[in-house]
Amino acid sequence: MTRFTAGLMPVCAAALALAGCSGSPPVNAGAPKGAKERKKAPDFALKDSTGQTVRLSDYKGKVVLLNFWATWCGPCKIEIPWFMEFEQKYKDRGFAVLGVAMDDEGWEIVKPYVERLKVNYRVMVATEEVDNAYGGVESLPTSYVIDRDGNVVSRHVGLVSRSIYEQEIEDLLESGRASK
Amino acid sequence: MRVSSFARHWLAALACGAGLLAQTAGVVTVAPPPKLTARRGAEAEAKVRVQLRDGYHVNSNTPSEDYLIPLRLTWSGGPLEVAGIVYPKPVLEKYSFSPQPISVFTGDFDIVTRFRTPANAPGGPAILAGKLRYQACNHNSCLPPKTVEFRLSVSVQ
Repeated sequence: MTRFTAGLMPVCAAALALAGCSGSPPVNAGAPKGAKERKKAPDFALKDSTGQTVRLSDYKGKVVLLNFWATWCGPCKIEIPWFMEFEQKYKDRGFAVLGVAMDDEGWEIVKPYVERLKVNYRVMVATEEVDNAYGGVESLPTSYVIDRDGNVVSRHVGLVSRSIYEQEIEDLLESGRASK
Repeated sequence: MRVSSFARHWLAALACGAGLLAQTAGVVTVAPPPKLTARRGAEAEAKVRVQLRDGYHVNSNTPSEDYLIPLRLTWSGGPLEVAGIVYPKPVLEKYSFSPQPISVFTGDFDIVTRFRTPANAPGGPAILAGKLRYQACNHNSCLPPKTVEFRLSVSVQ
């Protein structure tokens, strides 16, 4: 092996490793974490469709379902009606759904979609900063269930059953300030 | 900008080398077509081989739902004109997230482009840039749309 080819090997290995990582099958790390294991959900400030700023930290004291989605994502389309029902059913008990759209085209495509579906929860368009803060959201849908103290209880990648979300939300709402 | 014949040969040689390598973006790998010989006033075909990672599908070029992003092959640069692009026959597959079967491509497949070479095309080597835009999903999640870029080396005679 020449010095040239030997020198290329680490580069090739890194390239292969990167190629293997991108688009890898999603891992559903959905099991809810106990109160002591939970980590703070990264805060963000994003505009909703009316131009109002939405901060995750404004929802402290509420259980939040933070859903990353896109208009081109079939599995996301299945979940949106569930989340609308959750918003309606649990909002008076201290619950909110926040949707973050990952469409590159932004509001131009997201706003008509949200209006057509009559989405009843707040929807924002992601920025690169928010995407990075959440570890680079690659597979959609990706959703976080967040407790009343702003800590991540579970992360679901891909379409999971409606009952899993319902159970987690119910548990958190029942336990009141669950993480304390 | 005028490019000398010498420079064009060098550019073509470099691109030919790069073009031989399969290009990967996300879950799709594209094997660019081998060097194409195009005769002035005639048509020539180039086949792009697409390989999809197991367990994933891409929307076909004619998706069955409005919201789905179609597979698209486009070409730019070079003296050839695209006379037609033939995609494989899509399959209708049912997924947990689709109430109806959707039109997709899976596994490995070829996309054939028919190029027309104008009678007045300059002779010699040339490079065409190909782009394949796709959006892939597996049975329960989707990946953002991506574009794979590759090159086709052409000899116009």
